Amino acid sequence: MAAVQGGLIDTEEEKDIKTEPANDGCGNNNNNNTANDGRLLNASPGSISSGGSNKPATGALEDQQTLLAVLQFLKKNNLSESVEILRREAGLSEDTEDSKGLDSSGAGSGGAAGNVDSESGDANSLLSRVSVSSSAVSASAVQAPSKAGAGEDQPDVNVVLSAYSQQGDPALYDVYYSSLKKFIESVLDCHRAELSQVFYPLFVHMYLELVYNNHENEAKAFFEKFSGDQECYYEDDLRVLSGMTKKEHMRGNETLLDFRTSKFVLRISRDSYQLLKRHLQERQNNQIWNIIQEHLYIDIFDGMPRSKSQIDAMSGSLAGEAKREANKAKVFYGLLKEPEIEVPLDDEDEEAENEEGKPKKKKPKKDSMGSKSKKQDPNAPSQNRIPLPELKDSDKLDKIMYMKEATKRIRLGPDTLPSICFYSFLNAYQGLTAVDVTDDSSLIAGGFADSTVRVWSVTPKKLRKVKSAADLSLIDKESDDVLERIMDEKTASESKILYGHSGPVYGISFSPDRNYLLSSSEDGTVRLWSLQTFTCLVGYKGHNYPVWDTQFSPYGYYFVSGGHDRVARLWATDHYQPLRMFSGHLADITCTRFHPNSNYVATGSSDRTIRLWDVLNGNCVRIFTGHKGPIHALAFSPNGKFLASGATDGRVLLWDIGHGLMIGELKGHTDTIYSLKFSRDGEILASGSMDNTVRLWDAMKAFDDLETDDFTAATGHIHLPENSQELLLGTYMSKSTPVVHLHFTRRNLLLAAGAYNP
Amino acid sequence: MAEERRQKQCSVVLPTESMKAMAESVGVGQLQEESCVALSEEVSYRIKEIAQDALKFMHHGKRRKLTTSDIDNALKLKNVEPLYGFQSQEFIPFRFASGGGRELHFYEEKEVDLSDIINTPLPRVPLDVSLKAHWLSIEGVQPAIPENPPPAPKEQQKTESTEPLKLVKPGQEEESTIQGKNQGATAADGKGQYLKGLMRLKPRSTHELSVEQQLYYKEITEACVGSCEAKRAEALQSIATDPGLYQMLPRFSTFISEGVRVNVVQNNLALLIYLMRMVKALMDNPTLYLEKYLHELIPAVVTCIVSKQLCLRPDVDNHWALRDFAARLMAQSCKTFSTTTNNIQSRITKTFTKSWLDDKTQWTTRYGCIAGLSELGPDVIKTLILPRLAVEGARIKAVMEGPVVSNIDKIGADHVQSLLLKHCASVIAKTRPLPDNVEQYRTDYGYLGPMLCSHVVKARTQAALQAQQVNRTTLTITQPRPTLSVSQSGLSGSGGPRTPSIIKVPSSLTLMSPRPGTPSQPSPPATKYIVMATSAGAASTQQRAALLDWPCTDVSPGDTLEKCYYTILIINSIKPMVNVVLAKFI
Repeated sequence: MAAVQGGLIDTEEEKDIKTEPANDGCGNNNNNNTANDGRLLNASPGSISSGGSNKPATGALEDQQTLLAVLQFLKKNNLSESVEILRREAGLSEDTEDSKGLDSSGAGSGGAAGNVDSESGDANSLLSRVSVSSSAVSASAVQAPSKAGAGEDQPDVNVVLSAYSQQGDPALYDVYYSSLKKFIESVLDCHRAELSQVFYPLFVHMYLELVYNNHENEAKAFFEKFSGDQECYYEDDLRVLSGMTKKEHMRGNETLLDFRTSKFVLRISRDSYQLLKRHLQERQNNQIWNIIQEHLYIDIFDGMPRSKSQIDAMSGSLAGEAKREANKAKVFYGLLKEPEIEVPLDDEDEEAENEEGKPKKKKPKKDSMGSKSKKQDPNAPSQNRIPLPELKDSDKLDKIMYMKEATKRIRLGPDTLPSICFYSFLNAYQGLTAVDVTDDSSLIAGGFADSTVRVWSVTPKKLRKVKSAADLSLIDKESDDVLERIMDEKTASESKILYGHSGPVYGISFSPDRNYLLSSSEDGTVRLWSLQTFTCLVGYKGHNYPVWDTQFSPYGYYFVSGGHDRVARLWATDHYQPLRMFSGHLADITCTRFHPNSNYVATGSSDRTIRLWDVLNGNCVRIFTGHKGPIHALAFSPNGKFLASGATDGRVLLWDIGHGLMIGELKGHTDTIYSLKFSRDGEILASGSMDNTVRLWDAMKAFDDLETDDFTAATGHIHLPENSQELLLGTYMSKSTPVVHLHFTRRNLLLAAGAYNP
Repeated sequence: MAEERRQKQCSVVLPTESMKAMAESVGVGQLQEESCVALSEEVSYRIKEIAQDALKFMHHGKRRKLTTSDIDNALKLKNVEPLYGFQSQEFIPFRFASGGGRELHFYEEKEVDLSDIINTPLPRVPLDVSLKAHWLSIEGVQPAIPENPPPAPKEQQKTESTEPLKLVKPGQEEESTIQGKNQGATAADGKGQYLKGLMRLKPRSTHELSVEQQLYYKEITEACVGSCEAKRAEALQSIATDPGLYQMLPRFSTFISEGVRVNVVQNNLALLIYLMRMVKALMDNPTLYLEKYLHELIPAVVTCIVSKQLCLRPDVDNHWALRDFAARLMAQSCKTFSTTTNNIQSRITKTFTKSWLDDKTQWTTRYGCIAGLSELGPDVIKTLILPRLAVEGARIKAVMEGPVVSNIDKIGADHVQSLLLKHCASVIAKTRPLPDNVEQYRTDYGYLGPMLCSHVVKARTQAALQAQQVNRTTLTITQPRPTLSVSQSGLSGSGGPRTPSIIKVPSSLTLMSPRPGTPSQPSPPATKYIVMATSAGAASTQQRAALLDWPCTDVSPGDTLEKCYYTILIINSIKPMVNVVLAKFI
């Protein structure tokens, strides 16, 4: 099963990664880190691999089946060493907890997986078919151009599906399900809500069993009879299921593989679980009991059963809730210490780079604490946890500019709402698909469905190209204004068009230094453009499927991309191979965001979960469930503590990263939320949506209310206050212009962008 | 309901007939029923799968509409060759054919002659993408500028006026809360709860205007009735397009109705025209819901159509044009606002007809009634005006050929005649079969017959010449010339300078500031007076110029078609008429 995910990173790549920090060229890293990096990287696939086989009791059966299939294959190919390693790993992983933070146990196995790959690319691709993330992942990893061919998958899918082959009388499924339903409806109220969670996964698996065993009519009847009972937020999945009425359809169907290979996670209190268990055993209802044993992961907790609203808040994802262990790893959510740059008192004198100077003014919180900012935030990762590029002189100048602007920043709050300036894209017949604004708000870039990327300058300063090489050689390199002279005045214009993609551009991101622009497209590539020459510099190939989103790290150099192949990749601009691959999502990765400290990456997905990944070792450190639709927008709060996410269901959810908890729900939008942004001080959260509105929310209040609660006491079962209306500070309707992007300028003016759609 | 839909989803499968039709289209005849069933199930499943993938592309394309390119991309995802040749058309027309007991829907692809395509001039290059910035909100308040949607959408204005006691919908309630906050009310927080408590009551409509709004109101009204034509055009443009006038609507409506009341008595033609142009501008504003103010606007407009006297010198001034214009306004409001409950059109028609039929009605009122009726459309002309042509003709004949009663009557009759000819000719040309026999016309329509005949012939030839433009041409030929000559002759005929008249304005209104170049009539300081120079001279020429140019500025190309059909009728004295109208609408 998931064991194979180690195979995601083939050897060639691995070498690449191991050597990466050394030839990073961004200095500032130490050898210590390099070693660390390598080890942890290896750990990552291993620990993910153990992810699937985490539950010793319930998972053993199915794991064994998968492993047997794998072992058989390896033997057939005389890969005895791998067989041995795999065996050992299987033994190990059974008592390994799912938590991906457990690096050490994974270390060995990761290496093992790596070995497997080195010996056989075939094996790799084969294995991955069986894996959670299906063939797409491995295909891209080994660069095998296999596009999820159903026929190829056949043998392996059969292995996976074999669990379904056990026969029961198809006519009785109906009876089983009904009797369980009757039972659950008759239990005490406090247990009913919890036990009702069982309905959906049971329904799905029973239906699939019927379909797999060619009981088409029974399956249809079963579906018709009980699909109406399921929670409305599963409607999308049910639609997929309803189309699937034949065994042949199950081949190569990703949704099915998701259901089958990943256990549906339920959180149930011990009392409720006992109740269910007793009932099933009394009734000798083995059919259902087997399904629960094999396909469900029941996370039992001690304490009060949860209420219906509590359950509803957390459920909705493709594979149930996150296991509690999945969110236990420590996350260093604090901010990195800013390099100290003296702000010259004299505005003209920007040369000074003395080390002792004013403390950095990045966050007002620190601001108020003054000298404290010099101390390391206990929650912050060490400064060199991941190697960051060294600051260039121009970066320092920019920081100084930033600080100057920051002093003029408006302090926002419920009484002082930001002004909103709306940039409408007119005549965008091609369809505007992505927008980004530079941090200093001087440039706006738009990605269009006609494969173009357009860059506008919104300041009087026009966009100019660098002169051609021949002309450049004539320039006096010693002159003071050499940077001015290299620009070709003839090419000055307000906007530039970048041609290169061969499909709609879905993601776009400026580098922090404004020299580069990234764009990701339906054609499966991410392109890096120079904003000096306005040409394409690199095309990063790796995703073979549409790349839905990409973003630069706040410190530049690194960037992350995620797409239809369910894998998020971390790249460095000077490597054409990804440095990290984050796999685990069960459906398309729809959006990717860097944590402000650049040590973590958040990804939102169509499987309705959000995952937070550690850039250092590739581990998944947080899984957030609760959205009821694909997630299209993510935003970190400026202090790095919180995450906001918006989805097609029109809700914004707020998450506490440190505790791994949902802490708020903002209802109000009536359509997909495409953009979220915190104000520079984190006081206001702005959300922009397909419903043509920009809404402002009181983020301070939303977070304050919760900080008074005692998180640790609760088992993570947060009771969400219904206070969306109180938190909503303003709704601003645009004229039939969906809001695609939001950006706070350094002075806290809110910029919104969208295409006017008359 | 969701349940039902879901159940349907489960069972939706393409009909086997489609499979057969498709098989035949690729040359496979006699497909077995079983194969068809198997095929259709498989195909349905694949299509659903592709559609589900296509939806992803739609979401990422940030659209609400699935396009053909989404399907193509979804096919690419499955490593299937996309369908070439299907471009994103808004509307793909499927045609239906049946025969032999079989039904078929197909997409018609016409054969295209390449040379045609090559020879047609290239279409204009579409405009390039551009970026435009505007303020969506300034410190929490959304400015009422054309780039932003109107503060109160028309639907909301409508619900407020038609169902005032309806529960406030969550969205609106929330909006009003925000508004409360945004307007800087001190007890912003308390207000929300307060509003919630009052939810069942009629939502308060704010009657106080902000300082800016007051300023705007003052500027606009002054410009509308002021002397500067450029300013007026700007002000009217603002009224016609500005989305944020909702709150000022009651003021504007009162301004107009009071203004008409006062100026009819004063016979101030220019101001009446200006006020009517304001009405027109208000009606043109797509964001305003005028229904609530019809009781003020309609009497004002009707007054301008049928009033016995609208100007100081009925023999000279072109009040006819005002009547025409107001009649058009009336017709337009009948068309937009008439419903089965308020019945505006039938009430208006009744009023006009009644006055027209009265023998004592003066020519001016008669003209107004006829104009008002004929603007309502060819049907009204056919049923109400044509049958009375003979009677009306006799009346005109009596004035034209009989002993000269008064110059004013003669002018009136002349206008009525041309109005009847203009409107009736086009209708007759459409409805009356050929040939156009002068004698036949005389027997049918009496005195007006022969003239009508020549007009009809002209209309028909023009129709034949340029089938499309016929209506517009008739308009240009028949209308402006006479009006022009009349007013010019009036200008030369008017004697010495007239004494300036002083118009008293209700103190609540500021109609206009004293005109420049007013003769030295001192205006008493306490009350506000408006001094109108009606003497021949700069002011009066200006006045006329304004008056002459408005029909052109206000008739938009789209309007002309209906506007030019129409024809005629009559009435009594104004005062009772106005009262009648007022009584009916208040």
